[in-house]
Amino acid sequence: MKALLQPARFLAPFAVAAASGTFLAAAGAVNPYWIQIFQLACITAVSALGLNVIYGFTGLFSLGHAAFYGIGAYTAAFLMKSYGGDSQLFFLASLLAGGAGAALVAWLVGLPALRLTSDYLGIATLGFGIIMKVLFDNADSFLPQLGGARGMTGIAKMTGFAWAVMFLGVSLLAVRNLIHSSYGRALLSIREDEVAAGSMGIDTFRYKMAGFVIGCSFAGLAGGLYAHLYVFLHPSNFDFFKSVDVLIIVVLGGLGNMSGTLIASFGWIFLLEGLRVILPPGYIELRWVLIPVLLIVTMLQRPQGLFGIREFPLLRGDPE
Amino acid sequence: MKRTAIAAVLALLLAGCKAPSAKEIKIGLITPLTGDVKTYGESVRNSFEIAVDEANKAGGVAGMKIVPVVVDDKNDPTEASNAANLLIHQQKVRAIVGSVTSKTAIPVSDLAQSGKIPAITPTATNPKVTVADGKRKDFMFRSCFIDPFQGKVMAKFARETLFKEKAAVLYDASNDYSKGIAEYFGDAFKLMGGKVVAYESYGKDDVDFSALLTKVKASGADVLFLPDYYNKVGLIARQAGEKGIKATLIGPDGWDSPDLVKVAGEAVEGGYFSNHYSPDDTRPEVVAWVKKYKEKFGQTPDALGTLAYDGTNLMLEAIRKANSDDPVKIREALASIKGFKGVTGESAMDDNGNAIKSAVILQIVGGKQKFVKVVNP
Amino acid sequence: MEVFLQQVVNGLQIGFVYALIALGYTMVYGIVRLINFAHGDVFMVGAFIGLYAIERCNLPLPVIFLLAVFGCALLAVAMERVAYRPLRGAPKIASLITAIGVSLFLEYFTALRQVFGPNFYSFPRPFAVSSWEVRNISLTNIQAIIFFVTIFCLGLLQFIVHRTRLGRAMRAVSYDHVTAGLMGVNVDLVISLTFGLGAALAGVGGVLYGIAYPQVNTFMGVMPGLKAFTAAVLGGIGSIPGAVLGALIMGQSETLTSAYLSSTYRDGIAFLILILVLLLRPTGILGTSRTEKV
Repeated sequence: MKALLQPARFLAPFAVAAASGTFLAAAGAVNPYWIQIFQLACITAVSALGLNVIYGFTGLFSLGHAAFYGIGAYTAAFLMKSYGGDSQLFFLASLLAGGAGAALVAWLVGLPALRLTSDYLGIATLGFGIIMKVLFDNADSFLPQLGGARGMTGIAKMTGFAWAVMFLGVSLLAVRNLIHSSYGRALLSIREDEVAAGSMGIDTFRYKMAGFVIGCSFAGLAGGLYAHLYVFLHPSNFDFFKSVDVLIIVVLGGLGNMSGTLIASFGWIFLLEGLRVILPPGYIELRWVLIPVLLIVTMLQRPQGLFGIREFPLLRGDPE
Repeated sequence: MKRTAIAAVLALLLAGCKAPSAKEIKIGLITPLTGDVKTYGESVRNSFEIAVDEANKAGGVAGMKIVPVVVDDKNDPTEASNAANLLIHQQKVRAIVGSVTSKTAIPVSDLAQSGKIPAITPTATNPKVTVADGKRKDFMFRSCFIDPFQGKVMAKFARETLFKEKAAVLYDASNDYSKGIAEYFGDAFKLMGGKVVAYESYGKDDVDFSALLTKVKASGADVLFLPDYYNKVGLIARQAGEKGIKATLIGPDGWDSPDLVKVAGEAVEGGYFSNHYSPDDTRPEVVAWVKKYKEKFGQTPDALGTLAYDGTNLMLEAIRKANSDDPVKIREALASIKGFKGVTGESAMDDNGNAIKSAVILQIVGGKQKFVKVVNP
Repeated sequence: MEVFLQQVVNGLQIGFVYALIALGYTMVYGIVRLINFAHGDVFMVGAFIGLYAIERCNLPLPVIFLLAVFGCALLAVAMERVAYRPLRGAPKIASLITAIGVSLFLEYFTALRQVFGPNFYSFPRPFAVSSWEVRNISLTNIQAIIFFVTIFCLGLLQFIVHRTRLGRAMRAVSYDHVTAGLMGVNVDLVISLTFGLGAALAGVGGVLYGIAYPQVNTFMGVMPGLKAFTAAVLGGIGSIPGAVLGALIMGQSETLTSAYLSSTYRDGIAFLILILVLLLRPTGILGTSRTEKV
């Protein structure tokens, strides 16, 4: 019974947040603009949590995260558009299919790639990201509904406030439980010192694969949610620079720190939009000059990320 | 520091929600003011500004002063969505001009439709902006040609006026303007009895076309179709000249800019392209427009800017016709516009919200654009 | 056969330009283990310096190269002082993110109208193009200039690295910077000079690129930077000859893939080839495998 209570206790505040958010949105108390931005922040956090598992916890330098986000987005959108109509249940199924698709591709990519070390793995994943972008651009040659460089339209707007918040809650729960388990400790040991971990009897390759596949599946899930929120997919949303954006978020928050990833995701998205609102009309162009300056200053001041090791109470493991 | 940030954001959340006063009407502009196509975005913004200032100096539209709200979309579909949401729900604009590229205009069109705010794109050419998945998004309009039209126009010209037999096409696979027109051209050219002997694509950031041009030369094509914007076309044309390619160069309205000849030099001499109007045109609107833009911004306006000027004025004309700031009435007025005389020629709206306009074919002679003929839709 | 050789020549042109950029990446990585994401933008600044030198001052070509060299070197040294040196003790990823920040800043700041501006500016050619035909393969004077200037710079670089005290200091610092410092090497100075040297090469590359592909724009360094970085890793990051080799391979794979396989999928195939090479040689073609101690 205790095992079941844990998830319920953890997810309860998320359920409350989801319900109140949905109510506020329906009542028109908060305008749709901020509701959408909030949802985008939740979705970005899910994807960033995935990269945190891959890079923050397992130490694998992946520069292709946006490609998996894209795989999930296109898979979920294609399935939902072709077969789903507007069924909520089918929506959930297509999201899971998106995550599974991303996981499968991650597995295929990881098999050869994870034998490479740090910077070389970065290049391999970067290369994979570029390959996927080229495939996305030309996807309409083999599946016209995917639109290719002309974009995929006609996706139903299924993602609601509740979906975004609940998925975030479930993702946080999953990552937290993963990290505080023996599985998670194996991943951390690989990050710290792969050779030592191997000599302690840990099958490093198997665990690296696990970390990579799990992290990429989060990206896939997030992608599916994104597709049904912004209802238009274009390959330019899944290129190398988007992978860099997610990397920035994870490092800003603090590698290997879930709370940090959460706060950094929200902070980044709200900063981007907030600057849009704050800057006076003549200074619109400065938005993207200020953002890198803020980034540089933050890294110079706090190179370990905003959060170091401390986590929010809900996300900490049981005391030993 | 976090707390002040949250407070600031909340304050702005509430502050932005003021309704415009009765004598004012808010019109939004979504355009890429940062990012890789900033130069087009600025052109569009400049033209929008001129149009709005003129109207305000003449007493506003339908007795209301225009309050312009300009937002940046960085040429990114997600940002364009956020920008449209900001304009519609936070700023509560009554009409939108934008966005500039098709990949940003499509999300804007979806939001304009669901938010019931009339929007017009002056430059996005993908048919899906106004009609997608069999549905007409009736709050979205456009004031420029769509890809199918231009592709056919140039194919017809190449076959029937220039009597070309073998066409080579070089297009940007990641750019829907380029890809779209290339496809329609290729199909039309083949339908009219020609052969497409080379059909190659390059990437967005490519500058070295030697591999592709060597292929084009080897294919023996007598006409080379370059559907892209002037900056890319200039580079390709120059390199084609260096490789000794003798095929005639042709292209769509993206060629229109004084910079084309600057980059391409002699290589593009004798080339033909389709456009909305001819700068030779001695019509007073054209002369006045070029003068206005030059005085305020120090450069000759490019095609995108000129289209934006007309597009904005179309929207303003619709507001005058509707004589109200009710978005639904403005939409109806916009849909029924006929005989609008703009710098880029006379236009009317068809049932799909696309402008019905004639095209002109221009040739580059002596480094300048020279009128050749008119093509009616 | 002639078409094939023509394509090889085409590939050499872009390959040599990538080589100039790749060298900067590999040198900086060799000495401070940092992937300087902003390097591609230093290249862009070099091209713009070239643009202004020709357009406004009409200077002769060698002077233009020197201006670009000094301008870029100064920029890189400034970058290193302000953004990278403070983070030398911090985790490597922090410097990487800072480098990304510097890169974005250079791109967007220079795009402001008050700085370089956002347009695609045409780069005036300081001389007319002429070409020679050798057995049906055409070679342009621009290509010749690129080959000679690049080879000259490479020769100069090899000389500096292997036959001067500075070069010895650079090699020492890249091997073990703590010990090098104990041996009396001014580590900070050597690192700054390395950044400067790498940037100087990028500056030359920028001017050559402007001459070959006469259009500059503040985002022009992004793709070449990415490809040159990949080339440097492919050749073995930290190895100077490796960077050149990787760059030439990159240039060839791009061109030949475009010519014979598929122009549409070119980038995808080129990177696929790269990944395959990496799988066969996990530390790059000329890279040395490092033994990792626990």
